[in-house]
Amino acid sequence: MKLGTYILKRIFLMVIVMLGVATIVFFITHIIPADPVGAILGGNAPIERIDEMRHQLGLDKPVLLQFFDYLRGLVHADFGVSLKSNRPVLTDIINYFPATIELSIVSMIFAVIVGVVLGVFSAIYRNKPVDHFSRVFSILGVSMPVFWLGLLLLLLFYYNLDWLPGGGRHNLFIFPTHITGLLLLDSIITRDWIAFWDVLRHIILPAFVLGYASAASIARIMRASMLDILRQDFIRTAKSKGLPKRVIIYRHALKNALIPVVTVIGLSFGSLLSGAVLTETIFSWPGLGRYIVNALLVLDYPAVTGGTLFIAFIYSLANLLVDISYATLDPRMRV
Amino acid sequence: MNSVKNISMKGKIDLFLKQREPILEDWKHTYYLWRSTPLAMIGTVIIVIFLCIAIFAPLLTSFSPTDQNMNERLLPPSSQHIFGTDQYGRDVFSRVVYGTRVEVWIIFIVSIISIIIGTVVGIIAGYFGGVVDEILMRITDMFLAFPRLVLAMVLTAALGPNLTNTMIAIALVDWTVYARLGRAEAMKVKSQPYIEAIRAIGAKDFRIIAFHVLPMSISPVVVQLTLRMGTIILTAAGLGFLGLGAQPPTPEWGAIVSDGRSYLVDQWWITTFPGIAIALVVLGFNFLGDGIRDILDPRLRR
Amino acid sequence: MKKMRGNLLDISKLKVVFYTYRGVIKALNSVELWMNHGERLGIVGETGCGKSVTALSIMGLIEQPGEIIQGNIIFEDKLLTSMKEDKLNDIRGREIAMIFQEPIAALNPVMKVGFQIAESIARSKKKNMDKEVYSEVRRMLEIAGLDWERTINLYPHELSGGMAQRVMIAMALSSNPKLLIADEPTSALDVTIQAQILELLDDLVKKFGNAVILITHDMGVAAEFCDKMAVMYAGNMVEYASTTNIFKNPFHPYTKGLLRAVPKIGRTEELQSIKGMVPDLANPPTGCRFHPRCKYAMDICKKKLPALMEIKPEHYVACYLYSKEGVKSAN
Repeated sequence: MKLGTYILKRIFLMVIVMLGVATIVFFITHIIPADPVGAILGGNAPIERIDEMRHQLGLDKPVLLQFFDYLRGLVHADFGVSLKSNRPVLTDIINYFPATIELSIVSMIFAVIVGVVLGVFSAIYRNKPVDHFSRVFSILGVSMPVFWLGLLLLLLFYYNLDWLPGGGRHNLFIFPTHITGLLLLDSIITRDWIAFWDVLRHIILPAFVLGYASAASIARIMRASMLDILRQDFIRTAKSKGLPKRVIIYRHALKNALIPVVTVIGLSFGSLLSGAVLTETIFSWPGLGRYIVNALLVLDYPAVTGGTLFIAFIYSLANLLVDISYATLDPRMRV
Repeated sequence: MNSVKNISMKGKIDLFLKQREPILEDWKHTYYLWRSTPLAMIGTVIIVIFLCIAIFAPLLTSFSPTDQNMNERLLPPSSQHIFGTDQYGRDVFSRVVYGTRVEVWIIFIVSIISIIIGTVVGIIAGYFGGVVDEILMRITDMFLAFPRLVLAMVLTAALGPNLTNTMIAIALVDWTVYARLGRAEAMKVKSQPYIEAIRAIGAKDFRIIAFHVLPMSISPVVVQLTLRMGTIILTAAGLGFLGLGAQPPTPEWGAIVSDGRSYLVDQWWITTFPGIAIALVVLGFNFLGDGIRDILDPRLRR
Repeated sequence: MKKMRGNLLDISKLKVVFYTYRGVIKALNSVELWMNHGERLGIVGETGCGKSVTALSIMGLIEQPGEIIQGNIIFEDKLLTSMKEDKLNDIRGREIAMIFQEPIAALNPVMKVGFQIAESIARSKKKNMDKEVYSEVRRMLEIAGLDWERTINLYPHELSGGMAQRVMIAMALSSNPKLLIADEPTSALDVTIQAQILELLDDLVKKFGNAVILITHDMGVAAEFCDKMAVMYAGNMVEYASTTNIFKNPFHPYTKGLLRAVPKIGRTEELQSIKGMVPDLANPPTGCRFHPRCKYAMDICKKKLPALMEIKPEHYVACYLYSKEGVKSAN
């Protein structure tokens, strides 16, 4: 099947899946035994006020009606109003989302570069020091809890060494102009180098912590995949053609070896988003993860619903991109 | 020529063993491979130690993990309190040691629930195929559309933050892996010629699933389980850290790390030691998982 | 350097081992082989006797855990076994080329077939992959009997076995190598395609004058295609003569056994298989490796490996039955 048809088919599937996701999220948040109204008004509020608020929020309608209202809202990109901040959830999401995306992208770039490089060299120089270092690095990376690593590094680099800041996206007194919301990009666009350096210092630690686990799994798969490919027949043919070693590795082997790695990159993105929740909490990063956690703790369920749906959507989008790049890399996959 | 009836007890045992010889050979070979894979061995050792600590917890420490003692708060590690004490005067070492029991319990329950849900869904999808398969796989996709921790968080919060709900939540996130496996096995077994044969003599679907598909699924599920143990622990710890897991005073490792967060600068021990424990146990499971994967790799298996 | 027995290739005393967990596998025990320009040599023998290993040794493609521990391979006037890797690499793909058994697997799955051929041509002509190179690709594809317009943009998995092997042949012959090594090129193909491919090779090689080493376990194929035949058993060369002589007048007991096991139209006797099994090369028999299965085995056969000796003009055998030593020890 041609590439274009394949993409359309996947997009269609994604829409269906998102519908199901929305349903799941709705029903989960509606089986909360605790009453959000009680959480807002306090347990001692008079009954009339409680009923009034319930009516205001539409909570007294039958569940099914609430569901259709919800779906209708979604189609108009209306996630409802946050019970805590009284702003439309969509506004909140748009405010906090760029922070998470920026963190995720930087972490992903770090993870992919480190992971692929380590994995490839590990495979080429098998059983030499590079390989051993890489394997230790990898297995530690997938074993250490993200939040613990983050706290320890904070302790070291902020509290003890004072090399790096302890949280947030930027120094309170240095305020980069927000254009895209991706502060690194924004400061480059406005050529505000002081801001750029500041933002960079703030993002290094959380990006490292977040990306480390992904770098580790990417390195492992890259190594295994590379070793596997180097054993195959067509590599022998390439050698018999007299091609230089560099060409064989980078032109022939790498493209093949990257195929399974791309899947892992896609999966990593999922654990990256999960880890972002924890990392943002530790580093006081004003992103979507922290927003959802805070919303959960106060039972602000429109916020929770909206935030979770949004993250699920981003994740599905990322997976779609992974599948497409899969099909681009490997012509056998366009079935 | 002895008839079966006349063979003595010893003879019967010998015959039994002889018939099972190829399977026994295979197990012996697996054991040999396991012994010569240092990774798998180290992993197993770590896990055995972990389990022993869980079982023999009271023998390892005289302090209670939950009793508060405000006279002894925030003491650094010493010969009396190996890991120091936390802000309530509780001995961190005992909390970590008793935490192993919490972890074991978590792993156990989560595994059972997710395997049951997963294999049932997967086998049904794979065996009956067609529309059933499509629908079940779309449902699986829907669960997979969430990053694991996010879904587990939302579920736990929705059900109410306590240990049981955490375990249910993680299981509801994890089952998809086993569903894929079950489906693959069901599809593989379904297309075997011998299945056609027994269907021709009247075997019902349920029988085929129970007696043929399920046994074949055990092995890949067990392998997958070992590989996922580490992730389960990390997810549970993550939830505990966020306050969504076991509630105080239950000594869950992630929660202990969170406890120590406000005291991180001066009383680093509260956060550090439970984190090391998490890392070590997950490392053990990862070693074992890697080792198992290597052992089962058909190219290396001789 | 001693005088070469053939003006293109001379392999003497080649020993190759593989270090495995099972032990040291003595794959090649002291192989002797030679050929001239433009000749067609067939190496025949059972699976595992070392035919491919010999071919890979010539190309210098023996890798971990394998190693050439002894022997000389002389190609024209160059001693391949002692050459540095980069010099050896110059020869690969230019003066010596190789085609393999599973053609689809031998091609890079994510690259278009035309690109892979272009790569070879560009390299041998030391150019970049430009229009000129691609018109040469087109020419080679046509010579190989393919519809170039269709084939050039296909991926290996979109080809049939026969088409893929034609592509490999186009690729290998694009530099007009002095020696083409074909390692079981038709074993994975259907019988009818087999005939086509052999015919194609026959045509092209006749036209361009390349020497060919054809490795096969099929005596019939060898008989069709080769002028000379070398019979291998368990890592040794046991008989070497022209095809006619091998078939009409085999000397080595193993060769005789092989021929008896080949079905032939018109033969009415039963096919006879050679008693016994191929030896485990980790623990091979001492002396002549065929002695456990040979009904003429003598004491000396168990002790010392027989050397390849010319017992008739251009007919060489490694067997004590025909040497003075053997005759002596039998008495």
